[in-house]
Amino acid sequence: MTTLTADEQAMLAGDAGPAVAFAMRIVHRLAEGLGAPRLQEITAAHVDGCLYNGQVNLDFATRLVDLGARVAVPTTLNVGSLDLLHPEIHRGLARDTDTTTNARALMAAYRTMGCAPTWTCAPYQLARRPEFGEHVAFAESNAIAFVNSVLGARTDRYGDFIDICAAITARVPYAGLHRDEARRATVVLDCRELPPELFDDTSGWAVLGYLTGSRTTGVPALTGLTAVPTEDDLKAFAATAASAGGVALFHIAGVTPEATEVRGLPVITVSPTDFGGARRALTTVEDAPVDAVSVGTPHFSASEFAALAALVRGRSDPKVPFYVSTSRAVLDQAADDASACAAAGITLITDTCTYVSSIVDPKARVVMTNSGKWAWYAPVNLGVDVVFGTLAECVRTAYEGQPR
Amino acid sequence: MKVLHPGRGTGEVAKLDAPLSFWGGTDLTGHIRDPHHPQHGMLLAGRVVVMPASRGSSSSSSVLAEQLRLGTAPAAIVLTERDPIILLGAIVAEQLYAVSLPVLLLDPDEPRPEGVVTI
Repeated sequence: MTTLTADEQAMLAGDAGPAVAFAMRIVHRLAEGLGAPRLQEITAAHVDGCLYNGQVNLDFATRLVDLGARVAVPTTLNVGSLDLLHPEIHRGLARDTDTTTNARALMAAYRTMGCAPTWTCAPYQLARRPEFGEHVAFAESNAIAFVNSVLGARTDRYGDFIDICAAITARVPYAGLHRDEARRATVVLDCRELPPELFDDTSGWAVLGYLTGSRTTGVPALTGLTAVPTEDDLKAFAATAASAGGVALFHIAGVTPEATEVRGLPVITVSPTDFGGARRALTTVEDAPVDAVSVGTPHFSASEFAALAALVRGRSDPKVPFYVSTSRAVLDQAADDASACAAAGITLITDTCTYVSSIVDPKARVVMTNSGKWAWYAPVNLGVDVVFGTLAECVRTAYEGQPR
Repeated sequence: MKVLHPGRGTGEVAKLDAPLSFWGGTDLTGHIRDPHHPQHGMLLAGRVVVMPASRGSSSSSSVLAEQLRLGTAPAAIVLTERDPIILLGAIVAEQLYAVSLPVLLLDPDEPRPEGVVTI
């Protein structure tokens, strides 16, 4: 039984209007299903219900808008299905379908409810981000893993529907990773055999994320790493670990704020051979010509734009389409580097991502990326094979020719 | 078994050996499309799916709710761990479309159901 406060009972009864009552009914039903003893107040939310997966998303958002819903806490939005700033990059056929109309209406409905049009899967790259110990309601698996693990904020794995209900009621079930006892490590991944040079490039952290996600369940604690990750490295690690496994919280000794005592836990040792196998597993095809390059999953950061600009300055006309997905905020912040990339013939995408939209040529059979998350999902979402490599290898392939 | 979300359903058991992401891992016909999943290709529509929990993307709730809207969802889901993403798909489909998908939790030492099961 979930005990509600007097305020929460009033919300459920409709005292704060029908939208709050509808949202509270869903929060309360979920709390009961999770066995939560009470609800938890939250101070911010990140909503991914704005991505069009089907009619149900629009039916749900329309119901809330019709009931007069408004968010009660600062709420950011995840990617949608469309690049609203650059609509011309969507493939001709996809521009006028019902799906496109519905996707646009869905994005508009979330703005009507008062959410900020951030349209990014990397909200932790925005100016205001959750603080240590702050209870929030985040959707989007990579963002969940990042804010829990790297920032030490507290969110459970939220998804469509509950994210906006939490934002409207400022409540979530007190369950999962909101609780102290669920945040302790349950398994150790001993990485001492992995030489630090494996992590000279961000893609190494994606490979380690893949190993972590596929080898562990629960809350993994990584020990024995000597390389010090940047935020871009941690983003790649979190995103790939959350894709390849259910990782919503991880600890890295000496790096993340809640990494503590790991004595007495089961230990899994990873070897350089395991690491090599994981790197190869992210590539699904050998010796095939690459038809496109896509980076920026999760969304490219300002520092990644600086690195890419340094690699492509002075180049032009890539031999295959080269896409970078990012947010409007980062595009503003990294304007000079982004312009250098655009001048080198790279296509910049905002508001969405190449694997959830109609941007990559449907005839493309092999796409290269430095993103472990993209490598994991694109074969199913787009029906393409993937070549996984470093950012420098992506650039070399795009401008100098194909790896054979 | 504990009832996490009420409802009734009958179907043949589909036992999954690994967590599944409905988003990116299943299609709207109710088949498992995740090439990494041990039960890749299996049809889940109309079956009593016994699985550890969901995995990965938080968009899985809407894929499950959309399958419920289209009639291609499982008949019931039996979990070995409580899973908010699965529960939400069931709760929302009930609120919007009045379709019910029972979601149950297996006790740790309880035997896995087999054959044709009615929830």
